[in-house]
Amino acid sequence: MNYYESKDLNRFAEVGKFKPELMNKFFDYYGEATNTDGALSKREKALIALAISHFKQCPYCIDAYTTASLEAGANPDQMTEAIHVAASMAAGMTLVHGVQMLNNLEKSGA
Amino acid sequence: MAESALHLVSNNKYDFNKKLRENNIDLPPLSIDTLQVNVTLKCNQACLHCHVDASPKRTEQMNKVTVDKCLEILKDNSQINTLDITGGAPELNPYFDYFVLEAKKLGKHVMVRHNLTVILDGDPLTGESKSYLPKFYAENEVEVISSLPYYQEYFTDKQRGKGVFQKSVDSLRMLNEVGYGNEESNLILDLVYNPVGAFLPASQESLEKDFKKELWKNFQIKFNNLYTITNMPIHRFKEQLERQGTYEDYMEKLINAFNPVAADGVMCRSLLSVSYDGKIYDCDFNQMLDMQVFTNKPMTVFNFDFQKLVKRDIIFDSHCFGCTAGSGSSCGGAISE
Repeated sequence: MNYYESKDLNRFAEVGKFKPELMNKFFDYYGEATNTDGALSKREKALIALAISHFKQCPYCIDAYTTASLEAGANPDQMTEAIHVAASMAAGMTLVHGVQMLNNLEKSGA
Repeated sequence: MAESALHLVSNNKYDFNKKLRENNIDLPPLSIDTLQVNVTLKCNQACLHCHVDASPKRTEQMNKVTVDKCLEILKDNSQINTLDITGGAPELNPYFDYFVLEAKKLGKHVMVRHNLTVILDGDPLTGESKSYLPKFYAENEVEVISSLPYYQEYFTDKQRGKGVFQKSVDSLRMLNEVGYGNEESNLILDLVYNPVGAFLPASQESLEKDFKKELWKNFQIKFNNLYTITNMPIHRFKEQLERQGTYEDYMEKLINAFNPVAADGVMCRSLLSVSYDGKIYDCDFNQMLDMQVFTNKPMTVFNFDFQKLVKRDIIFDSHCFGCTAGSGSSCGGAISE
């Protein structure tokens, strides 16, 4: 048994076994935010979610939003561009901390 | 009675009839307005998800006696106003042109499930050219319905074989040149999308917009409608799912997406499917699963009885979840969008 079992995603709703009212509120919010056409299309939302899934490295979410992106009509080019946005943002967030490093270098007279 | 055919229905955990009962849905035939005839299993392609298992190696062909019998049925039954010719690549049947011409003489609307590439490939065994087809279709005002899994090469070639996308683009241009896809002409060119894997189709409306925009922008190609179709978990596609260990996941996906509105509009309620050897089925999928219509005895074009057929019990089985998932799926695309 692995720590992450892909079939466990189907058990997500079981997290509402205790305090179901909180989980129900979450699912209502989640469904409305991610699975509707609004100012953003369902496809755009699926691609954003796919990028976040990679950024946060959630295996369940990567499985779910790979499928959701395909079922919203996205293609591998679009999906790959989305995860490059996530990856480049992650790289940028690392690199921008280099300013903190430079500040300290200056403080220490290096 | 149809009960004698029910032994063909597999007894498994994906019980479509139970699902209908749970939703208080009864699906008797509504009419028979379309005769869908599979004239050959031979094809110049061997696509990954072909539920017919068609390929250049297949030799099954409808003979002229059976073609004539189909024409007789069309002539004798004015309610059947559409002939829908499919295959394989139907143009590889030697009596294909004759079938189209005679059906048109009867005043029937003729649709052909045309794979695009056969125009350029011709007959894979004899090399006979099929480059006359665009002109032939235009002259006879045949409605052309063609599979194009995506507006890009990757998905299309993955599903239908290397080089298919480019050939499809070339053939679509040839069809456009003779007037197909032009909104002002009465020559209808429809495209069919089906997912390249174990997932449901996106919204038909949104995909049609994408296809129209991208095919025009990149290739200056026009078409009329895009139909989205769900992959049926039978034959070649089922084998693929089983190899990948995803058959059960796919069936659960279809069942979870069961849509009563889509069920109400399934194509078997208004269509009959005929195999190359003249046997009659509720649909093309039942045909491929050898679930022949029974009305006292196995029904064929040679003992065709409209009244009995319109009162038959349609045979449903687990694969029918493919037609009722999400927005539904039929030969004319999504049902409930």
